[in-house]
Amino acid sequence: MAEASNQSTSTSSPAPLFDREEPLTADTFIRGLWEENPVFVMMLGMCPALAVTNSTINALGMGLSTTFVLICSGALVSWLRNWIPKQVRIASYIVIIATFVTVVDYLIQAISLELYAALGAFIQLIVVNCIILGRAEAYASKQRLLPTIVNSLGTGLGFTLALLSLGTVRELLGNGSILGVQLFSDNFQGWVIMILPPGGFFVLGAWLLFFNWRRLRKERRMTEQTGVIANAV
Amino acid sequence: MPKIIEIRTSPHLKRAVSVDRIMRTVVLALLPIAAFAVWQFGLSVLLLLLTTTGAAVATEWFFARASGRGNTVADWSAVITGLLLGLTLPPGFPLWMAAVAAFVGIALGKALFGGLGYNVMNPALVGRAFVQAAFPVAITTWTPAFAPGRFAELIPSTLTLPFMQPIPVADWIAGLNMDGWSGATPLAMQKFQHIETPITETFTGLIAGSAGETSALLILICGLWLAWQRMLDWRIPASVMAGAALTALPFWLMDPSLYPSPWFVLCSGGLMLAAWFMASDMVASPVTARGVIIYGLFIGVLTVVIRLFGGLVEGVMYAILLGNAIGPLISDWTQPRVYGSVKGKQPPAH
Repeated sequence: MAEASNQSTSTSSPAPLFDREEPLTADTFIRGLWEENPVFVMMLGMCPALAVTNSTINALGMGLSTTFVLICSGALVSWLRNWIPKQVRIASYIVIIATFVTVVDYLIQAISLELYAALGAFIQLIVVNCIILGRAEAYASKQRLLPTIVNSLGTGLGFTLALLSLGTVRELLGNGSILGVQLFSDNFQGWVIMILPPGGFFVLGAWLLFFNWRRLRKERRMTEQTGVIANAV
Repeated sequence: MPKIIEIRTSPHLKRAVSVDRIMRTVVLALLPIAAFAVWQFGLSVLLLLLTTTGAAVATEWFFARASGRGNTVADWSAVITGLLLGLTLPPGFPLWMAAVAAFVGIALGKALFGGLGYNVMNPALVGRAFVQAAFPVAITTWTPAFAPGRFAELIPSTLTLPFMQPIPVADWIAGLNMDGWSGATPLAMQKFQHIETPITETFTGLIAGSAGETSALLILICGLWLAWQRMLDWRIPASVMAGAALTALPFWLMDPSLYPSPWFVLCSGGLMLAAWFMASDMVASPVTARGVIIYGLFIGVLTVVIRLFGGLVEGVMYAILLGNAIGPLISDWTQPRVYGSVKGKQPPAH
Protein backbone atom coordinates (compact mmCIF):
# COMPACT_ATOMS: atom_id res chain seq x y z
CA MET A 1 0.00 0.00 0.00
CA ALA A 2 1.37 3.39 -0.99
CA GLU A 3 1.98 5.45 2.09
CA ALA A 4 1.60 9.15 1.37
CA SER A 5 1.34 11.11 4.58
CA ASN A 6 3.20 14.02 2.98
CA GLN A 7 0.02 14.79 1.05
CA SER A 8 -1.32 16.77 3.95
CA THR A 9 -0.33 20.40 3.50
CA SER A 10 -2.24 21.60 6.52
CA THR A 11 0.49 21.91 9.13
CA SER A 12 -1.82 22.96 11.95
CA SER A 13 -3.55 19.58 12.25
CA PRO A 14 -1.73 16.26 12.38
CA ALA A 15 -2.51 13.68 9.74
CA PRO A 16 -5.43 11.46 10.84
CA LEU A 17 -4.80 7.81 11.60
CA PHE A 18 -6.75 6.48 8.68
CA ASP A 19 -5.41 9.00 6.23
CA ARG A 20 -3.80 6.55 3.89
CA GLU A 21 -4.57 6.10 0.28
CA GLU A 22 -5.73 2.82 -1.10
CA PRO A 23 -4.96 1.45 -4.55
CA LEU A 24 -7.62 1.21 -7.19
CA THR A 25 -8.96 -2.35 -7.21
CA ALA A 26 -12.17 -4.07 -8.19
CA ASP A 27 -13.07 -3.93 -4.51
CA THR A 28 -13.14 -0.12 -4.64
CA PHE A 29 -16.13 -0.42 -6.93
CA ILE A 30 -17.83 -3.56 -5.59
CA ARG A 31 -17.74 -2.50 -1.94
CA GLY A 32 -20.25 0.33 -2.29
CA LEU A 33 -22.38 -1.69 -4.65
CA TRP A 34 -22.78 -4.75 -2.46
CA GLU A 35 -20.77 -5.29 0.73
CA GLU A 36 -21.37 -1.78 2.00
CA ASN A 37 -24.60 -1.13 0.14
CA PRO A 38 -25.79 2.27 1.39
CA VAL A 39 -29.39 1.24 2.01
CA PHE A 40 -29.31 -2.47 2.80
CA VAL A 41 -26.08 -2.59 4.80
CA MET A 42 -25.18 0.91 6.01
CA MET A 43 -28.86 1.90 6.44
CA LEU A 44 -28.19 5.39 5.09
CA GLY A 45 -30.41 7.49 2.85
CA MET A 46 -33.57 5.94 4.31
CA CYS A 47 -35.63 9.05 3.59
CA PRO A 48 -35.51 8.93 -0.24
CA ALA A 49 -35.48 5.10 -0.11
CA LEU A 50 -38.88 5.15 1.56
CA ALA A 51 -40.38 8.28 0.08
CA VAL A 52 -39.77 8.22 -3.67
CA THR A 53 -39.74 4.50 -4.47
CA ASN A 54 -43.46 4.21 -5.24
CA SER A 55 -42.63 3.61 -8.89
CA THR A 56 -39.66 2.28 -10.85
CA ILE A 57 -39.11 5.48 -12.78
CA ASN A 58 -39.02 7.59 -9.61
CA ALA A 59 -36.55 5.17 -8.03
CA LEU A 60 -34.37 5.22 -11.12
CA GLY A 61 -34.47 9.03 -11.38
CA MET A 62 -33.62 9.46 -7.72
CA GLY A 63 -30.85 6.85 -7.81
CA LEU A 64 -29.15 8.27 -10.89
CA SER A 65 -29.41 11.87 -9.63
CA THR A 66 -27.80 10.84 -6.37
CA THR A 67 -25.11 8.92 -8.25
CA PHE A 68 -24.34 12.01 -10.34
CA VAL A 69 -24.04 14.21 -7.26
CA LEU A 70 -21.94 11.55 -5.50
CA ILE A 71 -19.43 11.28 -8.35
CA CYS A 72 -19.13 15.01 -9.03
CA SER A 73 -18.92 16.12 -5.42
CA GLY A 74 -16.57 13.23 -4.60
CA ALA A 75 -14.29 14.18 -7.46
CA LEU A 76 -14.20 17.84 -6.46
CA VAL A 77 -13.67 17.07 -2.78
CA SER A 78 -10.87 14.65 -3.65
CA TRP A 79 -9.26 17.16 -5.98
CA LEU A 80 -9.44 19.96 -3.42
CA ARG A 81 -8.67 17.77 -0.40
CA ASN A 82 -5.29 19.36 0.25
CA TRP A 83 -6.61 22.90 0.02
CA ILE A 84 -9.64 22.56 2.27
CA PRO A 85 -8.71 23.36 5.89
CA LYS A 86 -9.86 20.62 8.27
CA GLN A 87 -11.74 23.08 10.46
CA VAL A 88 -14.20 24.18 7.78
CA ARG A 89 -14.32 20.97 5.76
CA ILE A 90 -17.97 20.11 6.48
CA ALA A 91 -19.16 23.54 5.34
CA SER A 92 -16.98 23.29 2.23
CA TYR A 93 -18.36 19.84 1.39
CA ILE A 94 -21.92 21.09 1.79
CA VAL A 95 -21.25 23.99 -0.58
CA ILE A 96 -19.76 21.60 -3.14
CA ILE A 97 -22.63 19.11 -2.79
CA ALA A 98 -25.27 21.87 -2.94
CA THR A 99 -23.76 23.14 -6.18
CA PHE A 100 -24.16 19.80 -7.89
CA VAL A 101 -27.62 19.26 -6.43
CA THR A 102 -28.66 22.57 -8.00
CA VAL A 103 -27.24 21.37 -11.32
CA VAL A 104 -29.24 18.12 -11.05
CA ASP A 105 -32.34 20.05 -10.00
CA TYR A 106 -32.27 22.16 -13.16
CA LEU A 107 -31.23 19.19 -15.32
CA ILE A 108 -34.23 17.08 -14.32
CA GLN A 109 -36.52 20.06 -14.71
CA ALA A 110 -35.23 20.46 -18.27
CA ILE A 111 -35.36 16.76 -19.17
CA SER A 112 -38.68 15.70 -17.67
CA LEU A 113 -41.03 18.02 -15.86
CA GLU A 114 -43.19 15.03 -14.99
CA LEU A 115 -40.39 13.28 -13.14
CA TYR A 116 -39.46 16.59 -11.51
CA ALA A 117 -42.99 16.94 -10.17
CA ALA A 118 -43.05 13.33 -8.98
CA LEU A 119 -39.77 13.59 -7.08
CA GLY A 120 -40.74 16.95 -5.62
CA ALA A 121 -38.63 18.29 -2.79
CA PHE A 122 -36.57 15.13 -2.62
CA ILE A 123 -34.22 16.33 -5.37
CA GLN A 124 -33.24 19.39 -3.34
CA LEU A 125 -33.01 17.16 -0.30
CA ILE A 126 -30.17 15.18 -1.91
CA VAL A 127 -28.05 17.91 -0.25
CA VAL A 128 -28.71 16.39 3.15
CA ASN A 129 -28.43 12.78 2.01
CA CYS A 130 -25.97 11.35 4.48
CA ILE A 131 -24.51 8.93 1.92
CA ILE A 132 -22.96 11.83 0.00
CA LEU A 133 -21.58 13.69 3.00
CA GLY A 134 -20.47 10.36 4.44
CA ARG A 135 -18.57 9.45 1.29
CA ALA A 136 -17.00 12.92 1.15
CA GLU A 137 -15.85 12.72 4.76
CA ALA A 138 -14.84 9.07 4.89
CA TYR A 139 -13.45 8.51 1.43
CA ALA A 140 -13.13 11.43 -0.98
CA SER A 141 -11.30 13.69 1.47
CA LYS A 142 -8.52 11.10 1.85
CA GLN A 143 -8.20 9.38 -1.50
CA ARG A 144 -6.87 10.17 -4.92
CA LEU A 145 -9.17 11.27 -7.71
CA LEU A 146 -9.60 8.04 -9.67
CA PRO A 147 -10.39 5.69 -6.77
CA THR A 148 -12.83 8.30 -5.46
CA ILE A 149 -14.71 8.42 -8.75
CA VAL A 150 -14.84 4.62 -8.97
CA ASN A 151 -15.90 4.27 -5.35
CA SER A 152 -18.58 6.95 -5.70
CA LEU A 153 -19.86 5.23 -8.83
CA GLY A 154 -20.08 1.95 -6.95
CA THR A 155 -21.87 3.51 -4.00
CA GLY A 156 -24.21 5.45 -6.26
CA LEU A 157 -25.09 2.36 -8.26
CA GLY A 158 -25.56 0.44 -5.03
CA PHE A 159 -28.02 3.12 -3.90
CA THR A 160 -29.76 2.99 -7.27
CA LEU A 161 -29.94 -0.81 -7.07
CA ALA A 162 -31.53 -0.61 -3.62
CA LEU A 163 -34.05 2.01 -4.72
CA LEU A 164 -34.88 -0.07 -7.79
CA SER A 165 -35.43 -3.22 -5.76
CA LEU A 166 -37.93 -1.27 -3.65
CA GLY A 167 -39.45 0.60 -6.58
CA THR A 168 -40.05 -2.40 -8.84
CA VAL A 169 -41.74 -4.44 -6.12
CA ARG A 170 -43.92 -1.52 -5.07
CA GLU A 171 -44.92 -0.65 -8.63
CA LEU A 172 -45.51 -4.29 -9.55
CA LEU A 173 -47.81 -4.92 -6.60
CA GLY A 174 -49.33 -1.46 -6.52
CA ASN A 175 -50.05 -0.99 -10.22
CA GLY A 176 -49.21 -4.29 -11.90
CA SER A 177 -46.65 -2.55 -14.07
CA ILE A 178 -42.93 -1.91 -14.34
CA LEU A 179 -41.68 1.39 -15.79
CA GLY A 180 -45.29 2.12 -16.63
CA VAL A 181 -45.69 -0.99 -18.82
CA GLN A 182 -48.70 -3.04 -17.76
CA LEU A 183 -47.61 -6.65 -17.19
CA PHE A 184 -51.02 -8.08 -16.37
CA SER A 185 -54.48 -7.75 -17.83
CA ASP A 186 -56.50 -4.62 -17.19
CA ASN A 187 -58.31 -6.47 -14.46
CA PHE A 188 -55.30 -6.42 -12.18
CA GLN A 189 -56.16 -5.41 -8.64
CA GLY A 190 -53.54 -2.96 -7.37
CA TRP A 191 -52.49 -3.16 -3.73
CA VAL A 192 -53.12 0.47 -2.86
CA ILE A 193 -51.06 0.20 0.32
CA MET A 194 -47.90 -0.50 -1.71
CA ILE A 195 -48.06 2.92 -3.36
CA LEU A 196 -48.73 4.59 -0.01
CA PRO A 197 -45.93 5.28 2.50
CA PRO A 198 -46.54 2.09 4.57
CA GLY A 199 -45.74 0.05 1.46
CA GLY A 200 -42.22 1.52 1.48
CA PHE A 201 -41.67 0.34 5.04
CA PHE A 202 -43.08 -3.12 4.32
CA VAL A 203 -40.97 -3.69 1.20
CA LEU A 204 -37.80 -2.30 2.78
CA GLY A 205 -38.38 -4.53 5.81
CA ALA A 206 -38.92 -7.54 3.60
CA TRP A 207 -35.68 -6.94 1.68
CA LEU A 208 -33.71 -6.44 4.90
CA LEU A 209 -35.24 -9.66 6.24
CA PHE A 210 -34.17 -11.46 3.08
CA PHE A 211 -30.58 -10.17 3.16
CA ASN A 212 -30.16 -10.84 6.87
CA TRP A 213 -31.57 -14.35 6.49
CA ARG A 214 -29.06 -15.03 3.70
CA ARG A 215 -26.18 -13.60 5.74
CA LEU A 216 -27.09 -15.66 8.81
CA ARG A 217 -27.39 -18.82 6.74
CA LYS A 218 -23.98 -18.18 5.19
CA GLU A 219 -22.41 -17.56 8.59
CA ARG A 220 -23.95 -20.72 9.99
CA ARG A 221 -22.59 -22.76 7.12
CA MET A 222 -19.14 -21.22 7.62
CA THR A 223 -19.08 -22.14 11.31
CA GLU A 224 -20.36 -25.61 10.52
CA GLN A 225 -17.58 -26.09 8.00
CA THR A 226 -14.86 -24.81 10.31
CA GLY A 227 -16.34 -27.00 13.01
CA VAL A 228 -16.00 -30.05 10.79
CA ILE A 229 -12.41 -29.14 9.95
CA ALA A 230 -11.56 -28.57 13.60
CA ASN A 231 -13.05 -31.94 14.49
CA ALA A 232 -11.15 -33.61 11.70
CA VAL A 233 -7.89 -32.13 12.93
CA MET B 1 -40.94 -49.41 45.57
CA PRO B 2 -40.39 -46.72 48.23
CA LYS B 3 -43.15 -44.24 48.81
CA ILE B 4 -42.31 -40.70 47.82
CA ILE B 5 -43.60 -37.78 49.80
CA GLU B 6 -43.62 -34.68 47.70
CA ILE B 7 -43.26 -31.48 49.69
CA ARG B 8 -44.15 -28.36 47.82
CA THR B 9 -45.21 -24.81 48.52
CA SER B 10 -48.76 -23.70 47.81
CA PRO B 11 -50.88 -23.66 45.67
CA HIS B 12 -51.51 -27.35 46.08
CA LEU B 13 -54.60 -27.58 43.93
CA LYS B 14 -54.09 -26.64 40.32
CA ARG B 15 -56.42 -26.57 37.40
CA ALA B 16 -54.97 -27.92 34.24
CA VAL B 17 -55.37 -24.79 32.15
CA SER B 18 -53.03 -24.88 29.23
CA VAL B 19 -52.68 -22.60 26.24
CA ASP B 20 -54.26 -25.05 23.85
CA ARG B 21 -57.21 -25.64 26.24
CA ILE B 22 -57.94 -21.92 26.42
CA MET B 23 -57.63 -21.60 22.67
CA ARG B 24 -59.88 -24.62 22.04
CA THR B 25 -62.53 -23.10 24.30
CA VAL B 26 -62.38 -19.82 22.40
CA VAL B 27 -62.72 -21.69 19.10
CA LEU B 28 -65.73 -23.48 20.55
CA ALA B 29 -67.28 -20.13 21.52
CA LEU B 30 -66.66 -18.78 18.03
CA LEU B 31 -68.29 -21.73 16.26
CA PRO B 32 -71.94 -20.66 16.85
CA ILE B 33 -71.10 -17.19 15.51
CA ALA B 34 -69.44 -18.76 12.47
CA ALA B 35 -72.42 -21.08 11.97
CA PHE B 36 -74.82 -18.13 12.13
CA ALA B 37 -72.70 -16.28 9.57
CA VAL B 38 -72.84 -19.26 7.21
CA TRP B 39 -76.60 -19.61 7.68
CA GLN B 40 -77.04 -15.90 7.04
CA PHE B 41 -74.75 -15.37 4.05
CA GLY B 42 -74.43 -18.87 2.62
CA LEU B 43 -71.67 -20.94 1.10
CA SER B 44 -69.41 -17.96 0.35
CA VAL B 45 -68.85 -17.34 4.05
CA LEU B 46 -68.10 -21.01 4.63
CA LEU B 47 -65.38 -20.84 1.97
CA LEU B 48 -64.16 -17.52 3.36
CA LEU B 49 -63.77 -18.92 6.88
CA LEU B 50 -62.06 -22.06 5.59
CA THR B 51 -59.65 -19.96 3.50
CA THR B 52 -58.65 -17.58 6.30
CA THR B 53 -58.27 -20.39 8.81
CA GLY B 54 -56.33 -22.57 6.38
CA ALA B 55 -54.03 -19.72 5.32
CA ALA B 56 -53.44 -18.67 8.92
CA VAL B 57 -52.55 -22.21 10.00
CA ALA B 58 -50.31 -22.74 6.96
CA THR B 59 -48.47 -19.46 7.61
CA GLU B 60 -48.04 -20.32 11.28
CA TRP B 61 -46.70 -23.75 10.38
CA PHE B 62 -44.27 -22.31 7.86
CA PHE B 63 -42.82 -19.60 10.11
CA ALA B 64 -42.63 -21.80 13.19
CA ARG B 65 -40.68 -24.31 11.11
CA ALA B 66 -38.46 -21.71 9.45
CA SER B 67 -37.54 -20.11 12.78
CA GLY B 68 -36.92 -23.44 14.49
CA ARG B 69 -39.66 -23.08 17.11
CA GLY B 70 -41.07 -26.49 16.35
CA ASN B 71 -44.68 -27.05 15.47
CA THR B 72 -46.86 -24.38 17.08
CA VAL B 73 -49.99 -25.16 15.09
CA ALA B 74 -51.18 -27.50 17.84
CA ASP B 75 -51.79 -24.60 20.25
CA TRP B 76 -54.85 -23.61 18.18
CA SER B 77 -54.05 -19.89 18.30
CA ALA B 78 -53.64 -19.66 14.52
CA VAL B 79 -57.11 -21.19 14.12
CA ILE B 80 -58.58 -18.42 16.27
CA THR B 81 -56.76 -15.77 14.26
CA GLY B 82 -58.05 -17.24 11.01
CA LEU B 83 -61.62 -17.61 12.26
CA LEU B 84 -61.76 -14.11 13.75
CA LEU B 85 -60.28 -12.60 10.61
CA GLY B 86 -62.83 -14.38 8.44
CA LEU B 87 -65.66 -13.14 10.63
CA THR B 88 -64.56 -9.51 10.22
CA LEU B 89 -64.49 -9.60 6.40
CA PRO B 90 -67.41 -8.85 4.08
CA PRO B 91 -69.25 -12.03 2.99
CA GLY B 92 -68.31 -11.68 -0.68
CA PHE B 93 -64.67 -10.83 -0.05
CA PRO B 94 -62.46 -12.46 -2.75
CA LEU B 95 -60.79 -15.54 -1.34
CA TRP B 96 -57.32 -14.60 -2.56
CA MET B 97 -57.47 -11.30 -0.67
CA ALA B 98 -58.64 -13.17 2.42
CA ALA B 99 -55.60 -15.44 2.13
CA VAL B 100 -53.35 -12.36 1.84
CA ALA B 101 -54.94 -10.93 4.98
CA ALA B 102 -54.38 -14.15 6.92
CA PHE B 103 -50.78 -14.40 5.74
CA VAL B 104 -49.98 -10.78 6.66
CA GLY B 105 -51.78 -11.12 10.00
CA ILE B 106 -49.77 -14.13 11.11
CA ALA B 107 -46.47 -13.16 9.45
CA LEU B 108 -46.39 -9.46 10.27
CA GLY B 109 -48.58 -9.42 13.36
CA LYS B 110 -47.25 -12.50 15.10
CA ALA B 111 -44.30 -14.45 13.63
CA LEU B 112 -42.17 -11.33 13.29
CA PHE B 113 -42.47 -10.61 17.02
CA GLY B 114 -41.60 -14.17 18.01
CA GLY B 115 -44.90 -16.03 17.91
CA LEU B 116 -47.70 -16.49 20.41
CA GLY B 117 -47.18 -14.54 23.59
CA TYR B 118 -44.96 -11.89 22.03
CA ASN B 119 -47.28 -10.21 19.56
CA VAL B 120 -47.95 -6.56 20.36
CA MET B 121 -51.19 -6.40 18.42
CA ASN B 122 -54.05 -8.73 17.63
CA PRO B 123 -52.85 -10.64 14.52
CA ALA B 124 -56.34 -10.92 13.00
CA LEU B 125 -56.77 -7.14 13.13
CA VAL B 126 -53.29 -6.54 11.70
CA GLY B 127 -54.30 -8.67 8.72
CA ARG B 128 -57.59 -6.86 8.36
CA ALA B 129 -55.96 -3.44 8.63
CA PHE B 130 -53.54 -4.43 5.86
CA VAL B 131 -56.26 -5.44 3.41
CA GLN B 132 -58.34 -2.43 4.43
CA ALA B 133 -55.48 -0.23 3.23
CA ALA B 134 -54.56 -2.44 0.26
CA PHE B 135 -58.03 -3.16 -1.13
CA PRO B 136 -60.29 -0.36 0.14
CA VAL B 137 -63.05 -1.00 -2.38
CA ALA B 138 -63.36 -4.76 -1.95
CA ILE B 139 -63.53 -4.52 1.81
CA THR B 140 -66.46 -2.11 1.72
CA THR B 141 -68.52 -4.04 -0.84
CA TRP B 142 -71.47 -5.48 1.05
CA THR B 143 -73.95 -8.10 -0.07
CA PRO B 144 -77.43 -8.67 1.34
CA ALA B 145 -78.13 -11.20 4.06
CA PHE B 146 -80.52 -14.11 3.46
CA ALA B 147 -80.16 -13.98 -0.31
CA PRO B 148 -82.30 -16.68 -1.92
CA GLY B 149 -80.24 -19.60 -3.10
CA ARG B 150 -77.32 -18.68 -0.88
CA PHE B 151 -76.57 -22.36 -0.20
CA ALA B 152 -76.66 -23.25 -3.88
CA GLU B 153 -74.51 -20.52 -5.40
CA LEU B 154 -71.57 -18.37 -4.39
CA ILE B 155 -71.42 -14.60 -4.34
CA PRO B 156 -69.68 -13.90 -7.70
CA SER B 157 -66.79 -11.94 -6.16
CA THR B 158 -65.81 -14.85 -3.91
CA LEU B 159 -64.07 -16.83 -6.63
CA THR B 160 -62.09 -13.95 -8.16
CA LEU B 161 -58.82 -15.07 -9.74
CA PRO B 162 -55.78 -14.19 -7.65
CA PHE B 163 -54.39 -10.67 -8.22
CA MET B 164 -57.46 -9.71 -10.26
CA GLN B 165 -60.13 -7.18 -9.42
CA PRO B 166 -63.19 -8.61 -7.71
CA ILE B 167 -65.98 -9.58 -10.08
CA PRO B 168 -68.68 -6.86 -9.77
CA VAL B 169 -71.64 -7.93 -7.66
CA ALA B 170 -74.07 -5.12 -8.54
CA ASP B 171 -75.81 -7.09 -11.32
CA TRP B 172 -75.97 -10.19 -9.16
CA ILE B 173 -77.60 -8.25 -6.32
CA ALA B 174 -80.07 -6.63 -8.74
CA GLY B 175 -80.96 -10.10 -10.01
CA LEU B 176 -81.87 -11.18 -6.49
CA ASN B 177 -84.81 -8.78 -6.43
CA MET B 178 -84.45 -8.16 -2.75
CA ASP B 179 -86.76 -5.52 -1.34
CA GLY B 180 -85.25 -2.66 0.56
CA TRP B 181 -81.60 -3.43 -0.25
CA SER B 182 -79.74 -0.14 -0.39
CA GLY B 183 -76.22 -1.52 -0.56
CA ALA B 184 -75.30 0.02 2.77
CA THR B 185 -74.79 -1.42 6.21
CA PRO B 186 -76.76 0.02 9.15
CA LEU B 187 -73.64 1.93 10.22
CA ALA B 188 -73.25 3.63 6.85
CA MET B 189 -76.95 4.46 6.68
CA GLN B 190 -76.74 6.06 10.11
CA LYS B 191 -73.60 8.01 9.28
CA PHE B 192 -74.51 9.36 5.86
CA GLN B 193 -78.30 9.40 5.79
CA HIS B 194 -78.99 9.48 9.53
CA ILE B 195 -81.43 6.60 9.27
CA GLU B 196 -81.17 4.43 12.33
CA THR B 197 -81.93 0.75 11.80
CA PRO B 198 -84.37 -0.53 14.44
CA ILE B 199 -82.68 -1.99 17.48
CA THR B 200 -84.47 -5.32 17.10
CA GLU B 201 -82.76 -5.89 13.77
CA THR B 202 -79.25 -4.90 14.81
CA PHE B 203 -79.54 -6.85 18.04
CA THR B 204 -80.60 -10.09 16.44
CA GLY B 205 -78.38 -9.54 13.42
CA LEU B 206 -80.75 -9.98 10.49
CA ILE B 207 -78.83 -7.28 8.63
CA ALA B 208 -75.96 -6.79 6.19
CA GLY B 209 -72.42 -6.36 7.38
CA SER B 210 -69.22 -8.31 7.82
CA ALA B 211 -69.68 -12.06 8.00
CA GLY B 212 -69.67 -12.55 11.74
CA GLU B 213 -70.37 -9.13 13.24
CA THR B 214 -74.10 -8.88 12.66
CA SER B 215 -75.77 -10.65 15.58
CA ALA B 216 -75.04 -8.75 18.77
CA LEU B 217 -77.25 -11.17 20.73
CA LEU B 218 -75.38 -14.30 19.65
CA ILE B 219 -71.97 -12.70 20.25
CA LEU B 220 -73.15 -11.58 23.69
CA ILE B 221 -74.24 -15.12 24.60
CA CYS B 222 -71.00 -16.72 23.35
CA GLY B 223 -68.91 -14.04 25.03
CA LEU B 224 -70.72 -14.40 28.35
CA TRP B 225 -70.25 -18.17 28.22
CA LEU B 226 -66.53 -17.64 27.62
CA ALA B 227 -66.33 -15.18 30.52
CA TRP B 228 -68.21 -17.66 32.73
CA GLN B 229 -65.62 -20.27 31.76
CA ARG B 230 -62.98 -17.75 32.94
CA MET B 231 -61.39 -17.79 29.50
CA LEU B 232 -61.62 -14.05 29.05
CA ASP B 233 -61.46 -11.05 31.34
CA TRP B 234 -65.04 -9.72 31.60
CA ARG B 235 -63.71 -6.28 32.54
CA ILE B 236 -62.41 -5.69 29.00
CA PRO B 237 -65.68 -6.09 27.02
CA ALA B 238 -67.61 -4.39 29.83
CA SER B 239 -65.37 -1.33 29.81
CA VAL B 240 -65.22 -1.19 26.00
CA MET B 241 -69.01 -1.12 25.86
CA ALA B 242 -69.24 1.35 28.73
CA GLY B 243 -66.71 3.64 27.07
CA ALA B 244 -68.56 3.54 23.75
CA ALA B 245 -72.03 4.04 25.24
CA LEU B 246 -70.98 6.87 27.57
CA THR B 247 -69.23 8.73 24.73
CA ALA B 248 -72.22 8.37 22.43
CA LEU B 249 -74.79 9.40 25.08
CA PRO B 250 -74.19 13.20 25.28
CA PHE B 251 -74.18 13.57 21.49
CA TRP B 252 -77.40 11.59 21.20
CA LEU B 253 -79.06 13.70 23.91
CA MET B 254 -78.03 16.86 22.06
CA ASP B 255 -79.44 15.79 18.69
CA PRO B 256 -81.07 12.36 18.38
CA SER B 257 -81.84 12.95 14.69
CA LEU B 258 -78.17 13.32 13.82
CA TYR B 259 -76.25 11.13 16.24
CA PRO B 260 -76.77 7.42 16.92
CA SER B 261 -78.26 6.22 20.16
CA PRO B 262 -75.96 4.44 22.62
CA TRP B 263 -77.68 1.08 22.06
CA PHE B 264 -77.33 1.48 18.31
CA VAL B 265 -73.62 2.17 18.84
CA LEU B 266 -73.32 -1.01 20.90
CA CYS B 267 -75.26 -3.31 18.59
CA SER B 268 -74.13 -2.07 15.18
CA GLY B 269 -70.94 -2.71 13.28
CA GLY B 270 -68.20 -4.84 14.72
CA LEU B 271 -68.21 -3.35 18.20
CA MET B 272 -69.74 -6.35 19.95
CA LEU B 273 -67.53 -8.94 18.25
CA ALA B 274 -64.46 -6.76 18.74
CA ALA B 275 -65.20 -6.03 22.40
CA TRP B 276 -65.74 -9.68 23.33
CA PHE B 277 -63.30 -11.53 21.12
CA MET B 278 -60.60 -9.12 19.94
CA ALA B 279 -60.01 -6.51 22.61
CA SER B 280 -59.88 -9.39 25.09
CA ASP B 281 -56.87 -10.97 23.31
CA MET B 282 -54.86 -12.27 26.27
CA VAL B 283 -51.48 -11.41 24.80
CA ALA B 284 -52.17 -7.95 23.44
CA SER B 285 -54.15 -6.53 26.39
CA PRO B 286 -52.69 -5.11 29.62
CA VAL B 287 -52.18 -7.46 32.56
CA THR B 288 -53.30 -5.42 35.57
CA ALA B 289 -56.89 -5.28 36.81
CA ARG B 290 -57.05 -1.47 36.72
CA GLY B 291 -55.12 -1.47 33.46
CA VAL B 292 -57.67 -3.48 31.50
CA ILE B 293 -60.43 -1.05 32.49
CA ILE B 294 -58.43 1.95 31.24
CA TYR B 295 -57.61 -0.04 28.10
CA GLY B 296 -61.25 -0.96 27.50
CA LEU B 297 -62.53 2.58 28.06
CA PHE B 298 -59.85 3.92 25.72
CA ILE B 299 -60.96 1.54 22.96
CA GLY B 300 -64.66 2.31 23.49
CA VAL B 301 -64.19 6.08 23.46
CA LEU B 302 -61.89 5.98 20.45
CA THR B 303 -64.29 3.77 18.48
CA VAL B 304 -67.14 6.25 18.87
CA VAL B 305 -64.86 9.22 18.16
CA ILE B 306 -63.74 7.62 14.89
CA ARG B 307 -67.30 6.63 13.99
CA LEU B 308 -68.75 10.09 14.64
CA PHE B 309 -65.97 12.37 13.48
CA GLY B 310 -63.68 10.27 11.29
CA GLY B 311 -63.89 9.60 7.58
CA LEU B 312 -64.42 5.90 8.21
CA VAL B 313 -67.74 4.30 8.97
CA GLU B 314 -66.34 1.83 11.49
CA GLY B 315 -63.46 2.59 13.82
CA VAL B 316 -63.30 -0.32 16.23
CA MET B 317 -60.43 -2.01 14.37
CA TYR B 318 -58.08 0.97 14.59
CA ALA B 319 -59.24 1.67 18.14
CA ILE B 320 -58.20 -1.81 19.24
CA LEU B 321 -54.89 -1.67 17.37
CA LEU B 322 -54.10 1.65 19.11
CA GLY B 323 -55.28 0.18 22.41
CA ASN B 324 -52.93 -2.78 21.86
CA ALA B 325 -50.10 -0.35 21.12
CA ILE B 326 -50.49 1.52 24.43
CA GLY B 327 -51.27 -1.69 26.33
CA PRO B 328 -47.75 -2.23 27.71
CA LEU B 329 -47.66 1.41 28.86
CA ILE B 330 -50.95 1.02 30.71
CA SER B 331 -49.62 -2.12 32.38
CA ASP B 332 -46.60 -0.13 33.47
CA TRP B 333 -48.64 2.76 34.93
CA THR B 334 -51.04 0.56 36.84
CA GLN B 335 -48.64 -1.74 38.65
CA PRO B 336 -50.19 -2.57 42.02
CA ARG B 337 -48.48 -1.27 45.13
CA VAL B 338 -46.24 -3.86 46.69
CA TYR B 339 -47.74 -4.85 50.06
CA GLY B 340 -46.01 -2.99 52.86
CA SER B 341 -44.22 -0.50 50.64
CA VAL B 342 -44.54 3.24 51.27
CA LYS B 343 -46.18 5.34 48.60
CA GLY B 344 -43.67 7.16 46.46
CA LYS B 345 -40.82 4.95 47.55
CA GLN B 346 -39.30 2.22 45.45
CA PRO B 347 -39.90 -1.24 46.89
CA PRO B 348 -36.69 -2.85 48.07
CA ALA B 349 -34.93 -4.91 45.48
CA HIS B 350 -35.43 -8.62 45.90
